[in-house]
Amino acid sequence: MTDIQVTSPVRDGVGASAPRPDGTLKVTGEFAYASDLWMDGMLHGATLRSPHPRARILSVDLTGALKLPGVEAVLTHEDVPGAKLYGVDHADQPVLAIDQVRYQGEPIAVVAADHPETARRACALIRVVYEVLEPLTDPRRAALDPSYEKVHAGGNVVRHQPIRVGSVFEADVVVTGEYEVGMQDQAFLGPESGLAVPAEDGGVDLYVATQWLHVDQDQIAPCLGLPPEKVRLTLAGVGGAFGAREDLSMQIHACLLALHTGKPVRIVYGREESFFGHVHRHPALMRYEHGATRDGRLVYVKGEIILDGGAYASSTPAVVGNAASLGVGPYSVPNISLDAYGVYTNNPPCGAMRGFGAVQACFGYESQLDRLAEACGLDPVEVRIRNAISEGSRIATGQIVDMPAPLTSMLEQVRDLPLPEGVSTDLRDLPGGVANSTHGEGIVRGVGYGIGIKNICYSEGFDDFSTARVRLEVIGEEAAVLVHTAAAEVGQGLVTLKAQIARTELGVPNVTIAPADTQVGSAGSSSASRQSYVTGGAVKTACEAVRERLLELAAKKLSHDGLALSGGKIVSVSGIVVASVAEVLGDDVIEETREYRHRATAPMDQLTGQGDAHTQFAFCVHRAVVDVDVELGLVKVVELAAVQDVGKILNPIALEGQIHGGTAQGLGLALMEEIQVAGGLIRNPSFTDYLIPTILDMPPMRLEILENPDPHAPYGLRGAGEPPTLSSTPAIVAAVRAATGKSLMRIPVRPEHITGT
Amino acid sequence: MDVQLSVNQDQHPITVDTRETLLDTLREQLDLTGAKKGCDHGQCGACTVLVDGRRVKSCLALTVTMDDREITTVEGLADGDTPHPLQAGFIEHDAFQCGYCTPGQLCSSVGMLAEFAAGWPSVVTPDVSAAPHLDEGEIRERMSGNLCRCGAYVNIVAAIGQAGR
Repeated sequence: MTDIQVTSPVRDGVGASAPRPDGTLKVTGEFAYASDLWMDGMLHGATLRSPHPRARILSVDLTGALKLPGVEAVLTHEDVPGAKLYGVDHADQPVLAIDQVRYQGEPIAVVAADHPETARRACALIRVVYEVLEPLTDPRRAALDPSYEKVHAGGNVVRHQPIRVGSVFEADVVVTGEYEVGMQDQAFLGPESGLAVPAEDGGVDLYVATQWLHVDQDQIAPCLGLPPEKVRLTLAGVGGAFGAREDLSMQIHACLLALHTGKPVRIVYGREESFFGHVHRHPALMRYEHGATRDGRLVYVKGEIILDGGAYASSTPAVVGNAASLGVGPYSVPNISLDAYGVYTNNPPCGAMRGFGAVQACFGYESQLDRLAEACGLDPVEVRIRNAISEGSRIATGQIVDMPAPLTSMLEQVRDLPLPEGVSTDLRDLPGGVANSTHGEGIVRGVGYGIGIKNICYSEGFDDFSTARVRLEVIGEEAAVLVHTAAAEVGQGLVTLKAQIARTELGVPNVTIAPADTQVGSAGSSSASRQSYVTGGAVKTACEAVRERLLELAAKKLSHDGLALSGGKIVSVSGIVVASVAEVLGDDVIEETREYRHRATAPMDQLTGQGDAHTQFAFCVHRAVVDVDVELGLVKVVELAAVQDVGKILNPIALEGQIHGGTAQGLGLALMEEIQVAGGLIRNPSFTDYLIPTILDMPPMRLEILENPDPHAPYGLRGAGEPPTLSSTPAIVAAVRAATGKSLMRIPVRPEHITGT
Repeated sequence: MDVQLSVNQDQHPITVDTRETLLDTLREQLDLTGAKKGCDHGQCGACTVLVDGRRVKSCLALTVTMDDREITTVEGLADGDTPHPLQAGFIEHDAFQCGYCTPGQLCSSVGMLAEFAAGWPSVVTPDVSAAPHLDEGEIRERMSGNLCRCGAYVNIVAAIGQAGR
C-alpha cells in the first residue's frame, strides 16, 4: 500500500479551463458531424416542399418520380404508419402534409434514391396540384381579431398569457413605444442531417444532430407505429444548434424511408433547405407604456407582446410564458397589465432560439427604460439602478428572487469600465471601412446600455430532470471513470464540464465521456441554459453515489473506519493516505445511475400570471460603443463590454466563449440578421442575403464575470449561455440611438432607419 | 473525366463528372470529410482548403481544374502526431465551440499567414510598401471570409495572433 501523506486536487476539475475532450478531433477534421456519416449501400433522402404558404392539395402524382431509375421509395402522408401529427409541445404538425399546406416549405413527400441528385430530381418529378389560398400573415389580427380566418380549426391563439398586478395606472411621467423584432435565424453552420438504419428487430437506429434525444424519440416512435425502445437514437456531431434543433426536421422522414426500403437512409439539408427546415426566432410586435414618478421610479407598466409562431405551435407556449413573466425586465414594478400572445399564421414556423421570448421583450423594455431616462433627465444607468430588482424583490409573476441579484453593482461596474479611444480619423477604422465610407465627417460615437433577465432551466411546472450513469473501474492498472448521459453536446462544452465534475467528485483524472444516446435516461434538452445545472447536477449526484460505494468498499477491504476520498486517494480521518482508488477497486466495478431534478416550479395563473414559475434567474448587462456614419447609415460596433453573474465559474475559457457567442448573436439581431418574409414567403434563404456577423463585425470584448452563488444550484452555478444574447441587442441599439437621435423602434436596424431615406 | 488528384501528398487517380466540386469529391469520393459544406455557395468558408498553398473555397472549385495541383485539407495540416501550431493554438484559446467552421478557419488561417509572410498587404495595411504587421485588425480583415456562428471570433483572433507571431 502507498503511504503518501499529501493529496492534491485533481487537475482539470471544476473551475479549471480544462480542454475540450472533443477538441483534438475538431481541429483535425476527424470529428464526425451528422452530415459526415456514411454506410455502405446507404440511400439518400430528399424532401419535396410546398412552394406556397397556404394551399389546398388537390392531387399528388408520384408516377414520374417512381419511374426514375435509382429511386427506391417515394412516400406521402398515406405511408406514415402511426400518428400523422407530431410536435415538441403539442402534436399539430403533419409528418407529411395532409390535403393542405400551412407554410412555404412544408414537407409533402420524401424520396430515397441511390444518389442525392437522383432523389432531388425525383422530387422535381412529383406533380402536385394546389389550390392556392391567400396566406394569413398578420399576427396582430391573428391575436386580436376573432373574425380573422383560422390557420388551425382550434383558433389562431396558441397561448395568451396575461400579467395583472396592482391597479394604479396613472403616473406623472408616461412614455410609450411600439417596437418590432424581425425574424432571426439560428443559422447553425452544420445543416440538419441524420442517418437512419433499419434494425433486425423491426426497429430503427437513428444517428442525428439534435438537442434532446429523448423528446425526439417520444415524437418519432408514435409516428412510426413503434414502441419507443425500438427507436434508438445516438447523437451525431452537432454543428451548432441555438434552439433550431429542438424541433424535429428530417428525423421521422429518414426513419420512414429506412423502414420502407430496408436500407440505411441519410438526409442532409442544404443551406437553402435549412432556412425552411427549422423553426426561427419569433418576430414580435410590442407596445409598451411605462409610467413613473418624476425621479424615474416605475409606477406601472402596460404592455402587449404579440409573437408570431407561424404555421405550427412548436415551443410557442413556452416562448409566450417567458415573454410574459419576464416582460417588464429585471425591474420592480408595483402595477402591471401585460398581455403576451403567441399566434398561428401562415408565416414560417417559429420556436426556440437562444433566449426565446425573453430576447424580444428585452428589446422592448430596455428601449422603454432609455425613453424614461430621457423623459426624467436621468442617465440611462441611473434610471435602471433606481428600478432594478435585488435579492428578495418580486418579479412580475410575484415570484421572489431568492438568490443574489446584484444588478445595481453590475450596472455600476459596466458603466465604470474604461471606454475605448475616441472616434478614429483613420479611414480604415470607420464604419464600412475604406471602400464604403465618407471621409469621417459624418461619424458620430454613441454609448448604450442594456440589461436582461433570463429564466434558467424549464419553467412553469415542467418536470425537468437529467440522468447520469457513472462507472468507476480499473483499466490498465489505473482508476477510470465513464460518464454516460443523453445530454446533447452542441458546442457549448458540456462534455468538458461533465468530465471536470467527475474529476472533482471522484479525484480520478482519467474520465471518458460516453456517446450520448437513448440507452440511458433522458437528460432533457440542451436549451434554456440548463445543462450545466441539470446534467451537471446529475453527474455530480451520480459521482457522489459512486464515491459512497467506493468508501464502503474501502472500509470493507481495508478494515478501516472513517475513510474519505481526498485528491483521488483514500485517506484516514487524520488525512493519511491509506490506499489509491485503483487499489481499493481491484476487479470491482462501481456503477450508479442518478436522476437530478431542480426544485419544482409552478404554472402561471391563467388570468393574472402569478406563480413561482421559474427555478433560477440569470443576469447580464452590456455596454455598447458604436460609431455611426449618419450619412450612409452604417454602424460599426467599436467595443462591447459585459458583466455577467454566473454564480460559479466551472470553466473560465468555455464560459467566456459562451458570453462572446451570445453577445455576437445579439449583435446580429440588432444590426443585420433578419429572415425577410413577404406574403408568407422567405425572400432571403441564403448567406448572401441573410447576414450573420463576421469576424470584422464582432468587436473586442471586455468581460467581468461575477460569482455570487445561487444556494439552490449545484456548485452555486447559474446557466450562462442565453443571458448575453438578451442584453447585447438593446445596448447596441441604444448606442446607435445615442449617436443618431433616431427612435429606432425596429430591429434589426437598417441603414435607412438611420438616414431616414 | 480522369484527374490525378494529389491530396495531403497522397495521389488519387479518379474519374469525376466535370460538374463535380472539389468539396464533393473530397467528401464523397475520397472520404475526407474534414472540409465542411455549410452553404455550398462560397458564403461561409467552412469548406476552405489549400490548393498549392493558397486558400480556396472548395465548394466553388471544380475538381477537373485540380489536375496535378497539391491540395491540403484539414486532415493534412498536422505533421504526423504533431499538430500544426494553429491547431494547437485553436485548442489552447478555445477558438471554436461546435467546431463546424474550424476546418475552414484553420486552412484559411494557414493560407492567410502564408500570404502575410509573403508580404501581401490587405485593405487595412497602413503602408502597402512596408512589411505588414500582424495586428488584430489585419487578422480580422484577412479572416472575414470564414463565418463562425458560435461567435468564437474573439478567441480565433487570439489563436491566430499567437500562432502568427
